Amino acid sequence: MLKARPLGRPRPFRSAVGGPGINLLYVPAIALLAVFTIYPLMNGIMLSFTNWNGYSAARSNVGFDNYVRLFSDETFRLVLVNTFIYGIGSTVIQQILGLGLALALDRKMRGRNIAKAIVYLPVLVSPVVMGTMYYLLFQYNNGAFNDVMVGLGGERVAWLSDSGAAVAIIVVINSLQFAGISMIIYLAGLQSIPQMYHEAATMDGASPVKQFWYVSLPLLQPALATSVVINLIGGLKLYDVIEVMTGGGPGYSTNSVSTLIGVSYFDNQSAGYASGMGVVLFIIIVLFTLALNTLLNRRRLEQQ
Amino acid sequence: MTTTAPMISTAPPEAPSSLGTRPSRVPASVHTRRRVVGVAIGALVFIVVLVQLLPFYVALTTALKERTDLSSQWSFPTAKLYLGNFVSAVESGNILQAIGNSVIVTVISTLIVCVLGAMAAYPLARRPTRLNNVIALLILGLIMVPPLSILVPLYTMLNQMGAINTYWGAILVMVATQLPLSIFLYTAFMRSLPISVEEAATMDGANRLQVLVQIVFPMLKPVSATVVILTGVAVWNEFALSGYILTSPQMQTIAPAIASFFSVQSSNLPAAAAASLLAVLPVLVAYLFLQKFFIKGMVAGAEK
Repeated sequence: MLKARPLGRPRPFRSAVGGPGINLLYVPAIALLAVFTIYPLMNGIMLSFTNWNGYSAARSNVGFDNYVRLFSDETFRLVLVNTFIYGIGSTVIQQILGLGLALALDRKMRGRNIAKAIVYLPVLVSPVVMGTMYYLLFQYNNGAFNDVMVGLGGERVAWLSDSGAAVAIIVVINSLQFAGISMIIYLAGLQSIPQMYHEAATMDGASPVKQFWYVSLPLLQPALATSVVINLIGGLKLYDVIEVMTGGGPGYSTNSVSTLIGVSYFDNQSAGYASGMGVVLFIIIVLFTLALNTLLNRRRLEQQ
Repeated sequence: MTTTAPMISTAPPEAPSSLGTRPSRVPASVHTRRRVVGVAIGALVFIVVLVQLLPFYVALTTALKERTDLSSQWSFPTAKLYLGNFVSAVESGNILQAIGNSVIVTVISTLIVCVLGAMAAYPLARRPTRLNNVIALLILGLIMVPPLSILVPLYTMLNQMGAINTYWGAILVMVATQLPLSIFLYTAFMRSLPISVEEAATMDGANRLQVLVQIVFPMLKPVSATVVILTGVAVWNEFALSGYILTSPQMQTIAPAIASFFSVQSSNLPAAAAASLLAVLPVLVAYLFLQKFFIKGMVAGAEK
C-alpha cells in the first residue's frame, strides 16, 4: 500500500476515510478479548502466586512457592517431558509425512486428488472422534491390531497400558491426523516454485535428488517455517487425543501440561498450582514460537 | 510392447562416452527406472491413504455389528447390517441433540467472529497509527495463548457469571478463542485492498458507516470464506474448553458429548463407534460439497 503512494504527495482523503472515529470499530472485539482472554491470563498469573483451592473464599499469597514446587515435582517434570515429546515428535513426523506426500502428489499421478482429499480428511474431524476411533484399533480384546498380533502367532498387547508405548501411539495419531495441513502447506510451496528453475537445473544435468536438495528445499523454507510453527504449537498444547485415548494414565504417565492442568484444578483442587502450570505452558509456547520465527528467518525470506 | 520394442532397437541408448551431443531421447534404462520410482511412490502414497482410512473403516465395521458379535474388526459384516448401535447412540448418547447444539454454537460463533473481526480489522488496516499497530501486534500474540493455560481463571469467572452450561457462555468463549486469527486475516486482506474505492465513495458523500457497510464489507468475500471455514471447523470440533463449560447432556456440543458417552460406555464400544460416525457425518457431507474451499481456506489461513 505505502509503496504505491508517490513520495512527497500527501494522501488527500486519508483522514476522511480513516479518522480517529473509526477506532471505535475495534472496541467490541477488544472488549470481548479483554474479558475472556486477557483478564483470565492476568488473573491466572495472580492466582499462580496463591494457594487457592478453586472454590473456597480462603486464599493466601504464597509467593513463588507454586513455581518452586513445579520444578521439584516429579510428576510435573515427567509431564513436561511428555509435552516436549508430543510437540517435537509430532512436528518431526508431520514434516516427514507432509513433505513426502507433497513431493509425491506434486507429480502427475492417477487419483492424486482423491489421495489429497483423503489424507486431508482427518484434519476436519474432531480429535475426540479420531481418538475414539483409534481406541477401537488398540483395544485389548478383539482390537484390530491385536487381531494382527494373534494372527502372526504372537500375544495380545495391552498397547495403552504401557506408558512409553501410549505416548508414542498418541504422537503418531496426532501426526497422522494433522499431516494433511503440512502436506497442503508444502504443496502450495512447491507450486509456487517457478517451473523454469527446474528446467534450468535439468539442462545443467541435475538429478531429481539434487534438484530437490538445491532447488526445491531452499525455496520451501517459508513453507517449512509455517508448517513447523503450526505443528509445534499444536503438539505442545495437545489435549483432546490424550484425554480420549488414555485420560493421562496409566498413573500420570501420558499427561501433557494441558491435561494435567484439568486434573490439578478439578481433581486435586489445587487451583493456584494449576494456574502456575498454565503460566508455564504459555511461556513455553511463546518462547518456542519466537525462537522458531527467528531461527527460520521467516520474515526475511518472505520479503525476498 | 510391440510398438515400443522396435523403437528401442533402432535408437539404442547413447554411450556415456558421447559427451557433448545431447541425447535425442531419454535412455531406456532411465525410463524404466523412472517408471519403477513412480510405481514405488504411488505405492507409498496408497499405503498412507489406507492408514488414514483405517480408523473410519474399523469404526464402521464395529458400529455395524452387534456387541456380542466377536468377529474380527477387519471383517465387514456382509450377512446383515445391525443398526442397533446407532439407535443407542442417539437414544442414550443424545447425539442428535449434541449435533443440534453444535450447529447453534458453531453458526452463531462464526457469525460473530466474522462481524467483529471485520469491524476490528478496518481501523487496524486503514489507520496505522502507533497505537493501532501495537494493538494489532498484541491481538496477534493472543493466538499463542493455549486454551488450557487460562482454564482456572476462565472457569471461575464463567461460574460466577452463571455461564456454565449455557449457549451464550460457550459462544462467547469460542468467539474469544477464534477472534485473534480472524482479525489478523481480515487486517492483512484489507491492507491489500486499494483505498481509492473508499476515497471515491467518501468524495461522493458517503458517510463512514456507508463506506464500511456498502463498500468495504462486500469486498471481503474471499477472506470471509477462509474465516468461516477456519472458525467453523475449529468451533465444531472444540473440546478443550467446551468440555469443561458444557457438561450437561442437554447442552453439550458434539465433541464433549462423544467424550462423555465414550467414558460412560467404555464397555459398549460399538455404540461409541456409531456415535463417532454420526459426529463425522455432517463434516463429511460439508467436505464432499465444499472440498476446494476447505483446502484453499485452510492454506490461506496457515500461510499468514
